Amino acid sequence: MIRLQTRGEASRVMALTAPLIAVTLTVVTGAILFEALGKPAGPTLHAYFIQPLSTRFGLSELLVKATPLVLIGIGLSIGFRANVWNIGAEGQLTLGAITGGALALAFYEVDSPLLLPGMLIAGTLGGMAWAAIPAYLRIRFNANEILVSLMLTYVAGLFLSYLVSGPLRDPDGFNFPESRLFHDAATLPTLMQGLRAHWGAVIALFAVIAAWVFLSRTILGFQLKVLGDAPRAASFAGYREPRLVWFSLLLGGGLAGLAGVIEVSGAVGQLNPSISPGYGFTAIIVAFLGRLHPLGVLIGGLMMALTYIGGENAQIAIGLPVSVTGVFQGVLLFYVLACDLLIHYRIKIGRPVGVKA
Amino acid sequence: MQNFTRRHTMLSLAGLAAGAAMTAALTAAPQTALAQDLKVGFVYVGPVSDHGWTFRHDEGRKAIEEKFGDRVSTTFVESVDEGADAERVITQLASTGHGLIFTTSFGYMNPTVKVASQFPDVKFEHATGYKRADNVSTYSGRFYEGRYVIGQIAAKMSETGVAGYVASFPIPEVVRGINSFLLGMRSVNPEATVKVVWVNSWYDPGKEADAAKALMDQGADIITQHTDSPAPLQTAAERGVLGFGQASDMIQFAPETQMTAIIDDWGPYYVARTQAVLDGTWESSDTWDGLAPGMAVMAPYTNIPDDVAAMAAQTVADIKSGAVHPFQGPITDQAGNVVVEEGAVLDDGALLTMDYYVEGVDGVLPN
Repeated sequence: MIRLQTRGEASRVMALTAPLIAVTLTVVTGAILFEALGKPAGPTLHAYFIQPLSTRFGLSELLVKATPLVLIGIGLSIGFRANVWNIGAEGQLTLGAITGGALALAFYEVDSPLLLPGMLIAGTLGGMAWAAIPAYLRIRFNANEILVSLMLTYVAGLFLSYLVSGPLRDPDGFNFPESRLFHDAATLPTLMQGLRAHWGAVIALFAVIAAWVFLSRTILGFQLKVLGDAPRAASFAGYREPRLVWFSLLLGGGLAGLAGVIEVSGAVGQLNPSISPGYGFTAIIVAFLGRLHPLGVLIGGLMMALTYIGGENAQIAIGLPVSVTGVFQGVLLFYVLACDLLIHYRIKIGRPVGVKA
Repeated sequence: MQNFTRRHTMLSLAGLAAGAAMTAALTAAPQTALAQDLKVGFVYVGPVSDHGWTFRHDEGRKAIEEKFGDRVSTTFVESVDEGADAERVITQLASTGHGLIFTTSFGYMNPTVKVASQFPDVKFEHATGYKRADNVSTYSGRFYEGRYVIGQIAAKMSETGVAGYVASFPIPEVVRGINSFLLGMRSVNPEATVKVVWVNSWYDPGKEADAAKALMDQGADIITQHTDSPAPLQTAAERGVLGFGQASDMIQFAPETQMTAIIDDWGPYYVARTQAVLDGTWESSDTWDGLAPGMAVMAPYTNIPDDVAAMAAQTVADIKSGAVHPFQGPITDQAGNVVVEEGAVLDDGALLTMDYYVEGVDGVLPN
């Protein structure tokens, strides 16, 4: 019989080396995988991990891809700490894109410096409104927020499809389901001339810092952690659960909505039915990859973004099939999480001591 | 997660960063590419193994490799999302020495035009869009011509007079296909109807199969599709229901039930455009070819009686010669308005912006 036993205090040395071991194992497994497919391991790994980081363009694209993942991951990680399982960030992102994008289209060609801040606020509110539905249903009827938030994702997607093939459709667009391209005043400024990285990256970084301060320096942050780790203790201490559920979902929804409006006004430049390749779902992985810690979410988001961009790059440079990219991503996550687990638990083979057959 | 202090998190984060640095040390420098006359890049919306739309574009890519051998090399990127990812992939191709880039889905239109403005020396070819520039051409197939033919076959083979249509997005191209199919059906059986289920995806075998099941449950005894996987045809085959292949010959997925397929044949166009770049004669253009030039090709007629196959072959010949046009008047829309008068045919402008169902389509167009 194989069991997992807690190690008590985790080793600091191992905490430092485990990620190294994970990356080494990934590189070795990847090398074997690539060689087995007839692709040279060295250049493939280079195309995957190094090339995207070695050009200004690659770094800029890394920020573009990581921005929504980090923003959403931050919001989700805080909710997950309080055992509030918001699985519908993708839908909240979609609503944020809709509300922010609709504002841009309503004031099309209006050249006001207030438009962009207004869009960001509208997007945040849109995401919050969408997350308020599972929050209300959980508090009022004890409805499971996992199911409610997840199902609302599909509702949001269909709502977006309806809007871009109807009311928000580009009037000069031959009936194709997409909006006009946003004008300049509704487009997030880029950080560097000629590259796509935009101010959304700065906003995401700010969210990371704010979350860190919130969790380590505020009473509400402390209460959230206690509610997640020890719900009974939290109830003895008189914490009001409804308040924390509302807070978690509204924060997660708000940041997802903000990510949505940032994505459409920064990277995509219009509303269309495929504004997000599943950022809201990938951000769940990012939150756990980062151990629900703000700085961890930042690094986890950058790492996930790199695996996507690296995968595209390996397709172009080496001709690596996209399915192998997916496998390789899985291998990386597997090793990172397995090594993490083994810092805190040891594997015991045999019967537990003191248990008779 | 217990006993996990903040310090440990910090340490493991530092370790992660160090690990990334180690990867850098472990990997070798990239190999330099061999010198060629031209590198051609392709951006695909689905996987090359979809056996439909993307598969056929990839066959076109292989036709380039076969024709030009060592003179031309090709690169493709699969399953590229039509959101923010597309611009990055197209830019990557343009900045890594690709002189001709085919972007093969409608959603790539704006990113293609944007990247093209930054790379004036690179030639771009965008499938199914309407925006062009000095270095951006557009191309598409008149696959609706084939849909008229399979509509006729469907009406002949159906007992209920109801066909089921698994559709992707309500864009003009897809709506045009549905209308053409229905008009083909009605040219044989004036009472025939078609039911449509939208899956809002080009490639989602699970959703496509569910849509086919729903249509069969609603009485459709012929299944056709405008999505990229063989799932609807396969699902129909499981119930012994007849159907058609989409974009490529899917006979291997339904050997007993595929009646024919509309095959997209991009190879000749891709070869011609590559040749034009090599010769220095490439110019921005708009190509919309159908059965006559061979961009749309019918797969062999199978699992249908000889007289039905003969009718289909005759219709193909008539469309090629111009004797038959799928959108020949009189045609009325669902509201009863005459959209094409007797004796007239719908012009390309009207075909390209079609946003209504013709009379006989069962359902309301999502709008």
